Amino acid sequence: MTEIWHSLTKAIELLVSLDPEVIEIAGRSLRISGTACLLASLICLPLGSLIHSHRFPGKRALINIIQTLFSVPTVLVGLLVFVLFSRAGPLGVFGIILTPTAMVIGQVVLITPLLLGLTISALSGVSKEIVDTATSLGASRFQTVWLVLREARYAVLAGVILGFGRAISEVGCAMLVGGNIKGATRVMTTAISLDTSKGELELAIALGIILLFLALIINIVLNRLQQR
Amino acid sequence: MSLIEVVDLSHGYGERQVLKGLNLGIGKGEVFALIGPTGAGKTTLLRIVDLLEVPGAGEIYFDGKCIPRSGKQRLEIRRRMSFIHQKPQVFNLSVYDNVACGLRWRGEKRNRIAQRVDHILETVGLEGYGNRNARTLSGGEAQRVALARSLVLEPEVLLLDEPTANLDPVSTAKIEQLISYIAKQHNTTMIMATHDMSQGQQLAGRMGVLLDGRLAQTGNATDIFRSPQTEQVAHFVGMENIVEGVISASNEGIVMVDIGGNVIQAVSNHPAGKKVYACVRPEDITLALSITQSSARNSFRAKIMLVTTLGPLSRLEIDCGFHLVALVTKMSAEELNLQAGKEVYATFKATAVHIMEKGIRQ
Repeated sequence: MTEIWHSLTKAIELLVSLDPEVIEIAGRSLRISGTACLLASLICLPLGSLIHSHRFPGKRALINIIQTLFSVPTVLVGLLVFVLFSRAGPLGVFGIILTPTAMVIGQVVLITPLLLGLTISALSGVSKEIVDTATSLGASRFQTVWLVLREARYAVLAGVILGFGRAISEVGCAMLVGGNIKGATRVMTTAISLDTSKGELELAIALGIILLFLALIINIVLNRLQQR
Repeated sequence: MSLIEVVDLSHGYGERQVLKGLNLGIGKGEVFALIGPTGAGKTTLLRIVDLLEVPGAGEIYFDGKCIPRSGKQRLEIRRRMSFIHQKPQVFNLSVYDNVACGLRWRGEKRNRIAQRVDHILETVGLEGYGNRNARTLSGGEAQRVALARSLVLEPEVLLLDEPTANLDPVSTAKIEQLISYIAKQHNTTMIMATHDMSQGQQLAGRMGVLLDGRLAQTGNATDIFRSPQTEQVAHFVGMENIVEGVISASNEGIVMVDIGGNVIQAVSNHPAGKKVYACVRPEDITLALSITQSSARNSFRAKIMLVTTLGPLSRLEIDCGFHLVALVTKMSAEELNLQAGKEVYATFKATAVHIMEKGIRQ
């Protein structure tokens, strides 16, 4: 018990003193997951609009598959990216395995289904009458899609934030494709994992507190958005 | 040549056939009211004319050109029209952005948009509302935003679907004023769907009665109200008294209609022996306690069966050998002490009777 207490006070010391290692790791986490979230948004918002606004055979099945992939295990995504990008893999020539780039790709793959599914369901929340109104006011197909995306902006943004939350809190993929290399690919979750297994709790607890704090901020923002 | 020509239009949703072979021509600058009960197909017709839907069968001509069933030309033609939907759907944007969006979609210049939006907001009485979120407005205000959003485009054709259906009387009056102002100022062609006959009468030059997917009758308001061509139209326009009979004599434009022993005189040229309906509007029947000298040719002794109050009016069901409904002001009903069981004289003019050939069903 005293050990936990001791680690906790040390962790708070690390946080208050803005320990360079803590700041570095937290900053890298935010950078990698932020980039992944941005890239995933750039893919999912247009793609989601496209899927939503078109009727095609197998649409329902596609949406079901997307929703199933919401809960794909992170290590599985890590495995996939590892197999693809490892030196001997089909995309090994890029030489990005064990770099932040590989981690970004892994997180993009991880949150794309979630973001896509939430975007489609957000767009479905915009009534057909809104679409008809835009069309009869002379909007082209593209202009209508853009308006619908704007109408659903709060719900879409909520999806993006959830995606960011999933990206920054995952361990499996970051560990597999990043390798938890100090000063290069070590992020908050992998650092917690390693330090805990080494029995050095203070850094782990400090990073844990930051992660919880991030989760709190995400929740507050989400609540605000959902009230609009 | 009509600006809009609808030819042999049929349309259905699944099994249900909504429009059944409809033909209609709307002239340039004409204000046309489409009246009919809910579910008659008014909205569907407007949606097809606005090119929101592709008809199951039939063609739409706009300005002489047949509209293709798909392709870019539909957008170009749609941009010359504007459609005000029954339930105003405002976008979750500011009032200004709501009104400006149609102009932006047409690629108008920013300063020109600002000028026109400000002007139209003033016209509909929403000046100063520009920065409000349109979702926070009342129903009447939202409908005015919807109207402004359409009018700012200065469309050649304005389609209105029950523009005042969900509004209170004050808002309704405002919207009606605006519609007639626009029709006069801009010479805009309008097709307005309404189930409110008096609104159609007030705003439109010509009207069509849409019943069960077919245009049962078109004409000016007087024609439709006084001379419905079918039993269904007669019912819809409030001809409560439709009695069956046979013409027993016809002489110089006056006919005698035999209603099971009673005879009604009417103005008509139908020959003797023809089976007809005689229609009388309830407000054209006057009631008195004794026979009065008047020019009215029809007078019947009747017994009051039922009295109901309709706001300022009293509706009386009377039996004079055949069943009639009469409307009198509540005040005169009270003065004459009209109540069930009492005997009265029901009087109406021969010109108030509309004779309709029996068996015309569309």
